[in-house]
Amino acid sequence: METESAIQTESIAREFGGFRAVDGVSISVRKGSITGLIGPNGAGKTTLFNMIAGALSPTAGRFRLNGEDVTGLSPEALYAKGLARTFQIPRPFKRMSVLENVMVAPREQAGENLFAALFGRRRIAGEEERLRERALGILDFMTLRPLADQPAGKISGGQAKLLELARALMGEPSVILLDEPAAGVNPSLTNILVERIEELNRRGITFFIIEHDMDFVMRHCEPVIALAEGRVIFEGTAEQARANPLLLDAYLGTVAA
Amino acid sequence: MIGLVSYLAFFATMASILAIATLGLNLQWGNTGLFNGGVVAFFGAGAYGTMLLGGHPETGQFGGFQLPFVIAFPGGVLFAGLIAWIVGVLTLRLRHDYLAIATFGVAVAFEAVTRNAEWLTGGAKGMRGFPRPLEAAIGDNFLYGLFFLGLVLTILVAVYVGLERLAHSPYGRVLRAIREDEVAARSLGKSPARLRLEAFIAGSMIMGIAGGLYTAFYAFVSPQDLAPILTFQVWAMLIVGGAGNNRGAVLGAFLIWAAWTLSGFALSRFAPAALQLHAGSIQYILIGLVIVGMLLWRPQGLLPERIRPTLTGKGAARTSAPGEFQGGQNP
Repeated sequence: METESAIQTESIAREFGGFRAVDGVSISVRKGSITGLIGPNGAGKTTLFNMIAGALSPTAGRFRLNGEDVTGLSPEALYAKGLARTFQIPRPFKRMSVLENVMVAPREQAGENLFAALFGRRRIAGEEERLRERALGILDFMTLRPLADQPAGKISGGQAKLLELARALMGEPSVILLDEPAAGVNPSLTNILVERIEELNRRGITFFIIEHDMDFVMRHCEPVIALAEGRVIFEGTAEQARANPLLLDAYLGTVAA
Repeated sequence: MIGLVSYLAFFATMASILAIATLGLNLQWGNTGLFNGGVVAFFGAGAYGTMLLGGHPETGQFGGFQLPFVIAFPGGVLFAGLIAWIVGVLTLRLRHDYLAIATFGVAVAFEAVTRNAEWLTGGAKGMRGFPRPLEAAIGDNFLYGLFFLGLVLTILVAVYVGLERLAHSPYGRVLRAIREDEVAARSLGKSPARLRLEAFIAGSMIMGIAGGLYTAFYAFVSPQDLAPILTFQVWAMLIVGGAGNNRGAVLGAFLIWAAWTLSGFALSRFAPAALQLHAGSIQYILIGLVIVGMLLWRPQGLLPERIRPTLTGKGAARTSAPGEFQGGQNP
């Protein structure tokens, strides 16, 4: 059963000075799924994400990635194990080109060693050429190719979200966490993003997505998990979510009315 | 005529030495975003390290091993690296202004040690006497000045070429990523702690190179040479030239050193006698004004950092067939 889960948390919790932002959450994200995570503001969604991504350590509980206990590992170690993420507010490397943003992503580049960079340039040149080809391919896929030489600080917020996904893809992750991919993005870019997510999902990548846009969640996420006040209040299909009175009460009440 | 050439050689030697230190700071601040407020400590470590190994022995003082320059100089540079390693391990978790304050404190402490540890550094009177490389063989003072300028320029070019290689390599790229956003860099599997420490040590060793050359040039070093103003001069050079641009760092060093020299000359020549007493302070104020003015009106410097189509960029325009990307590797 464990191997069926890409991500599994066991009673994971996080306190901020007495306040329990996440209060014993046990969830499972099935391999190959696009799982949605919803909940009102302050429900603990981003805190849960940050714990799964290694940016925050849990005060209690355990977390498994593809069946392996990875509780307490750093973000860089988790990335090495195939977990990539994007941020609620995009964090592109602003004073670097879009292409550089993507090329920097793969880990264990031989050229990321000071001595190799000084004295092993020939070997690096070959690696760089392969990276560039792959990065340009991914930028093409994300429709960002025309912006390759632009500073990443000059592209729009929506494009920055696409860029973050492109960057994540360079590491060949098996699981990608997306924090509000559709927030503040114009509809045409959202459509591109959704198409790409579904295409990548068909190729086997598991997605775990925080999203406030209920329309987005209902149409593209299966299953849906809902948090409120740090606890799981619902797990099920989008259809069930729509009909669940508890959810309607806690979250959808005003939206679905 | 010889007087003028000799003076120009002297000027260029000093400017080049400072340009080397500025390049070291550019690796730290321009490329990696490390706010080193104690440049002078690493410059001083290189200077004192070189002097201790290569200088003359003094009674009642440790050091003065009279080692040849080719050993004493690298030894001084390594000493600067060692100090940077210790300081780096202790302070690099700090960010921006806090790191600046901590490193500034380190520099003040370093100067205090050189001033007070007489058994080691000769205290306030400094250390005098250094067998400069090939001095006896060349003999003539004027020719030696030119020779030393050649030596300093060679090292400046070597440092510049090395740093340019780094900047255009994946190493420079990952340093810039850390400078831009450490959280995002970690989410991509990078290890900022290691890379920041490496860049800090490498940059400080380059400052140590500058210090070693400085002490060899004067055959003298004292706590006077380690006043905080040097840190600010080097910062002014980098900010005026353009942080993140190695060419800018060199240009800024020459411009600021020229301005410093000329302002000193002008003050001593034209200022009323009452003001001349304060010439040094006026120059400090001028450096401060240059930094503030530059940050207000042209923060990117005269030669701003260029966003580059990464390395081997000749093929940058090459196209790849659309849809060749095969994402996903999940079993």
